[in-house]
Amino acid sequence: MTLFFAVLTPFMGAALVALASRFGRVHSAWAAGAVTLAAMVWLAPSLHLPFDGATLIQQHDWLPALGLNLAFRLDGLALLFAGLILGIGLLIVLYARYYLSERDSMGRFYSYLMLFMGSMLGIVLSENLIQLLIFWELTSLSSFLLISYWQHREEARHGARMALAVTGAGGFALLGGFLLLGHIVGSYELSVVLASGDLIRAHPLYLPTLLLVLLGVFTKSAQFPFHFWLPHAMAAPTPVSAYLHSATMVKAGVFLLARLFPALSGTPEWFWLVSSAGMATLLLGAYVALFKHDLKGLLAYSTLSHLGLITLLFGLSTPLAAVAGVFHIINHAIFKASLFMAAGIIDHETGTRDMRRLHGLWRFMPHTATLAMVAAAAMAGVPLMNGFLSKEMFFVEAMEISEGYIGGWLLPALATLAGALAVAYSLRFIHDVFFNGEPVDLPRTPHEPPRWMKVPVEILVVLCLVVGVAPALTVAPLLAVAAQSTLQTPLPDYHLALWHGVNPALFMSLIALVGGSLIYLVRRPLFAWHDRGLGRLDARVIFNGLQDGLFALSRLITRLVDTGSLQRQVFFLLATALLLGIAPWLAGGTPLTGNRSGLPLDAVSLTAAGALIVATLATVWLHRQRFTAIVTIGVVGLVVSLAFVKFSAPDLALTQLSVEIVTIVLLLLALYFLPQHVAPEREPARLWRDGVIALLAGGGTAALAWAVLTRPYETIAGYYLANSVPGGGGSNVVNVILVDFRGYDTLGEITVLALAGLGIVAMLQGLSLAAPNRDDGRRNWDADAHPVIMATLTRILLPLALLVAVFILLRGHNQPGGGFIAGLITAVALIVQYLANGAVWTHQRMASDSQPLIAWGLAIAVFTGLASWLFGYPFLTSTYGHLDWPIVGDFELASAMAFDLGVFLVVVGATLMILVNLGGVHHALPKHREKH
Amino acid sequence: MEILIALVIGVLTAGGVFLALRGQTFPVVLGLTLMSYAVNLFLFVMGRLAIGVPPVISAAAEGYTDPLPQALVLTAIVISFGMTAFVIVLALKARAELGNDHVDGHHHHEARHR
Repeated sequence: MTLFFAVLTPFMGAALVALASRFGRVHSAWAAGAVTLAAMVWLAPSLHLPFDGATLIQQHDWLPALGLNLAFRLDGLALLFAGLILGIGLLIVLYARYYLSERDSMGRFYSYLMLFMGSMLGIVLSENLIQLLIFWELTSLSSFLLISYWQHREEARHGARMALAVTGAGGFALLGGFLLLGHIVGSYELSVVLASGDLIRAHPLYLPTLLLVLLGVFTKSAQFPFHFWLPHAMAAPTPVSAYLHSATMVKAGVFLLARLFPALSGTPEWFWLVSSAGMATLLLGAYVALFKHDLKGLLAYSTLSHLGLITLLFGLSTPLAAVAGVFHIINHAIFKASLFMAAGIIDHETGTRDMRRLHGLWRFMPHTATLAMVAAAAMAGVPLMNGFLSKEMFFVEAMEISEGYIGGWLLPALATLAGALAVAYSLRFIHDVFFNGEPVDLPRTPHEPPRWMKVPVEILVVLCLVVGVAPALTVAPLLAVAAQSTLQTPLPDYHLALWHGVNPALFMSLIALVGGSLIYLVRRPLFAWHDRGLGRLDARVIFNGLQDGLFALSRLITRLVDTGSLQRQVFFLLATALLLGIAPWLAGGTPLTGNRSGLPLDAVSLTAAGALIVATLATVWLHRQRFTAIVTIGVVGLVVSLAFVKFSAPDLALTQLSVEIVTIVLLLLALYFLPQHVAPEREPARLWRDGVIALLAGGGTAALAWAVLTRPYETIAGYYLANSVPGGGGSNVVNVILVDFRGYDTLGEITVLALAGLGIVAMLQGLSLAAPNRDDGRRNWDADAHPVIMATLTRILLPLALLVAVFILLRGHNQPGGGFIAGLITAVALIVQYLANGAVWTHQRMASDSQPLIAWGLAIAVFTGLASWLFGYPFLTSTYGHLDWPIVGDFELASAMAFDLGVFLVVVGATLMILVNLGGVHHALPKHREKH
Repeated sequence: MEILIALVIGVLTAGGVFLALRGQTFPVVLGLTLMSYAVNLFLFVMGRLAIGVPPVISAAAEGYTDPLPQALVLTAIVISFGMTAFVIVLALKARAELGNDHVDGHHHHEARHR
């Protein structure tokens, strides 16, 4: 479980951190640091395993039926990344505490940061591909929150949206790729996938799989042509950029390249796709970085370029190139994080990031300048720094791979060019900012930042140096295990050292250093040339164009599908349903009538059915005479209840009967408030059209019902009938199903009812309707609103009705009845009081607010379910026993009856709430409108 | 008997569909009510028709009809009530906000004259 808890800790920590911010700004920083440390502690006991050559895999059942398990994996690569995420994460926490200003909410920042950290940890520690994808998407979402942290800035919102759109689309492609991988291999477990490389590469679906996975990787790691989101994500606070663009977010893509290297690499498709995207990004990033005047912009494009380098290395597919790729992941994370932090310090202390104004800062902040210069040297690949080592490995590989190919010189040449550009932009970062004359019109007078703000930078810069000078003593073991688990084969022979003797790579490095310096010297004419040409290209314009086109398309589709008329939509819906229903019927040769013999007809049933049909037709025919229509529809409901009586469904009959009463009250209220006049249909054609649709629908359902009823069927009811008494302790099987076998469904249903009630109350808030003072026959209402006889009678009836309700509720488990029916009877009894005596009279004697009833009902139902947990049973397991009461005799008590009590309360509460609130709408009416 | 039930369900559906296609809210509410009768009856008879054999366990019973559709329909009846109420209040709200009782929010002939 340790890995699971390591991933879970930041997610739980996010809430903790947000909470901590209530006690003071700095508290959330402390909490975030503690959370990060806690995640490290969870990992600590397993840290030695990868170095012993073991891979730790921890599985927990999640959805075993789908073959989906929570599975975590700790091998060398995962260890390396977890170390980067948590280590650099901790430094970022410290740094951000000084970076954020008084106006920024610390709690929100650290909370998002923890969410992001947890998602990243989840990616690198996942053993299951689907689970990995979930964390992958979580990084997209949490990075959206981080990038848009300064929500009041337009460019922050825009940059975050762009990042989310691009990486989200990539995640979608990746899902497809993973599903294909799972389909090919037959498992989503990484151990299986990594061992099935040959199977995957030989499969006909290899190319689509590769393309989809690479789409995910390239969008996440901002590879050409999906690179454009990264520079716009620089609108984020600098600690976020330092974290997302050095050790985490964009590294997730190259992590996946490394992770799936044994499964997907080694084909020409892989080679060309991955290395050309990498090469394009490497050159493009290095080129544009030189021309950026914004400090963070320069770093953003340099990040692109280095990511391109890593991608290119994995694309080259040789084991040594992959080792170099892993090595450069480490080095880049270290120097780029420190550079972003240094840029943040400069921005923080001077108020600008514009390199046309930032000059000569050496005098003001020599300490920071030294740190930044060392880190920039590592970025340029100057000897003695860590960046030099991995770049040398790259040059060596470039030379070796190109040997013996026609045009093979191109790869080393381009590699050297990229190296030269890196030197040039690093030189610009150092020279322009810290030397090169006096600062131009800075918003603030610069000075050194707070002591602790520099500590994270110092730690990272020291690492750059230590790794650069003595790689074999420092990084070698970690690199070895990480590379080993990337390759999944024994490591190739390589030697980590500063001095490899005089070889072609050394010359390439020298050319790059000298060439880069030369490029920097002639930068002014280059800037002018760039501004006239390529500088005008803006990917954002293209992205916006595409986005606008997409929106326009979706609006067009919406316009096509949504006619803006509900009446027409209903028509289309019904017509489509009819088509779908009728088409297979016409095509198939199934006879309409089955071979099951039916029940004989009898006169009573014929009469009742005749009454129902006549009442239905009358409702349709007379629907414009609204009051008559309510009477006839009441007849329909009564006959339906009678049908339930006839066909052995006493519970349904009772329910239908009581619902009928409240429905009629409801319809009367609708009648009262809706316009008196129902206009005749203006278009006779529409009447004919609707008539045809109605006849077809009626004919179709009738035929369907007939076809089903004349065929035998197999029921699963046997189980319920057999287990109702011994298992549920009740002989009314319908009620036992509701409160016991399917109690969970019932809980859902009463929740829906409660929500409908609450929704209605919410809609009625502040609603006032002009109530008519005459009925639709132009007759005045009776002057006596509450006739004495009716009022008196209902008052006498109330206790009786309530007694009946209690009786029905109690016997419901064994005889027809139960919570639903008892609830409806109670509601009717109370509603009648409102009708006969008026709301004012009733509210003097009864609480007017029925929300507590609903709340209590739901609470009782849920707690009955929870109580079974106390006894070690699943949710809503019921139990029962017999009690010998004096006088009453043997009395059965089932825990399901408590649940039924909950149902009862919710039904009473919701029904009362709906009707009483609706009835009360006209009281809100202003006086002058009532006279009108 | 089966033909009778099928006929009843058909008539209820036809009436419900016709009224649901009207433009003003009150007939639509009536139509939805008729349709819920039809749907509930249809669901109920999926357990087939049986007379005098309610699913209440007792020593004297000759047999039991299928309790499962009954349990389904029982809650469906209550939920349809909740839905009808919701639709009616929606109609009232629309009338208060938009000043008319057409399901589209405006009468088409009015829109034409405007």
